Amino acid sequence: MTTTAPLPPLPARPPSGCPFDPPEGLARLRLEEPLSKVALDNGGWAWLATRYADVRAILGDTRFSSDTSAPGYPVSGMTGGSPRPGATRGFIRMDPPEHTRLRRMVTRDFMVKRVEALRPTLQRLTDELCDAMERVDRSEHPVDLVQALALPLPSLAISLLLGVPYEDHDTFQRLTGTLLSRDLTEDQREPARVELLAYINQLVNAKKAAPGDDIISRLVTEQYARGELTHEDLVAFAVLLLVAGHETTANMIGLSALSLMLDQETAGRLREDPSLVRGAVEELLRFHSIIRNGPRRAALADVEVGGQLIRRGEGVIVAVPSANRDEDTFPDADRLDIGRPNAQHHVAFGYGIHQCLGQALARAELQVVITTLLRRFPGMRPAVPVEEIPFRTDMVVYGCHALPVTW
Amino acid sequence: MQITIDEAKCCGAGQCVLVAPEVFDQRDEDGIVVLLDATPDAGQHAAVREAATICPAAAIQVRE
Repeated sequence: MTTTAPLPPLPARPPSGCPFDPPEGLARLRLEEPLSKVALDNGGWAWLATRYADVRAILGDTRFSSDTSAPGYPVSGMTGGSPRPGATRGFIRMDPPEHTRLRRMVTRDFMVKRVEALRPTLQRLTDELCDAMERVDRSEHPVDLVQALALPLPSLAISLLLGVPYEDHDTFQRLTGTLLSRDLTEDQREPARVELLAYINQLVNAKKAAPGDDIISRLVTEQYARGELTHEDLVAFAVLLLVAGHETTANMIGLSALSLMLDQETAGRLREDPSLVRGAVEELLRFHSIIRNGPRRAALADVEVGGQLIRRGEGVIVAVPSANRDEDTFPDADRLDIGRPNAQHHVAFGYGIHQCLGQALARAELQVVITTLLRRFPGMRPAVPVEEIPFRTDMVVYGCHALPVTW
Repeated sequence: MQITIDEAKCCGAGQCVLVAPEVFDQRDEDGIVVLLDATPDAGQHAAVREAATICPAAAIQVRE
């Protein structure tokens, strides 16, 4: 390998005019150089894995560490945890056994049967948001589906679970928006991180003073009271769950709604047979693959992946959008096919022990929203040409900044 | 078909419960996998194989 040519950065932008395509360049890398090197913002480099099999192999192997302080960890632009030494990190940035211990404290809150019990609430919240959309006078200006539905639903749901006052959602949305921006440096993100930590700190103190019926209160009255968690652990839990619960599902809702508006044949099939929605959501998760900056790992040992030796202390970035379009696993991968038999094999929620804790909740929210939108707004369509929709090419989580619609 | 599960590996993602709810459940206390039927009927076999394939923690072993 030549050392003179500068390494390319992580591909981040879909080709012009193709907002649903993965970032440009990933497909070529997957075919020609499935483990390539990319430049990092800090002057270093990391491996970029683009094939489905390699991505599963890396994420399923605990010799690849999630600890942001591990030598070689490709920091920069990551969500939910500070790369600064000593800063509060959520368990998403830890390895076993500590990761296992902490994750298990909140696993039950997101397990399938808990989420199923929550489904009537998700339906009620969705119906109320849809009622409000119907009341808007669209002769003045179109409805922004992001602000009217896509952001508020997951925000309301996670606020309810965590016991966070929904009135504060503007604060988190502003702060998480800053933390998840790819265009800002770590120094520029720092004030938002400090403000979010101060807010959460206050929230945790309020729960200590007056516990309610929510996840943070339970962690306070059980694990914290027994000495299994420190105050800093509680804050890290709350930050992680709040940030993770906000933007991810919101962006999947926006992109899913838009792609169904533009694919009337698929929308018609789903409207006729709502039982197809489960498979449709898996396929939409695969197709859109909104996580665009990772997951990331650091090799704790020399490991061979797909014929390439990755050495101890080297960093790895996994390209989820590329893995989910790998033709070897998903034939005709660039087509949205809601009947795809193995759609659920996608790695949109990651893979391995860090796979998304909130995936059952995300699935339920998406299923409820899609079914409801198709039923109540059969004529919904973008109010502007697709080229004018602002896509989040500048963010760690892809989606639409705004989605003006009418019907 | 004989199924064994490794509770220590399980990360509680719940994919097995979505795919094969008659064979897998999650423990109320901590969301870790519960095997409801270690030798399910042939009608469940495809779903169980799928659950083992998509389990992110490789916590489900199937012998046939």
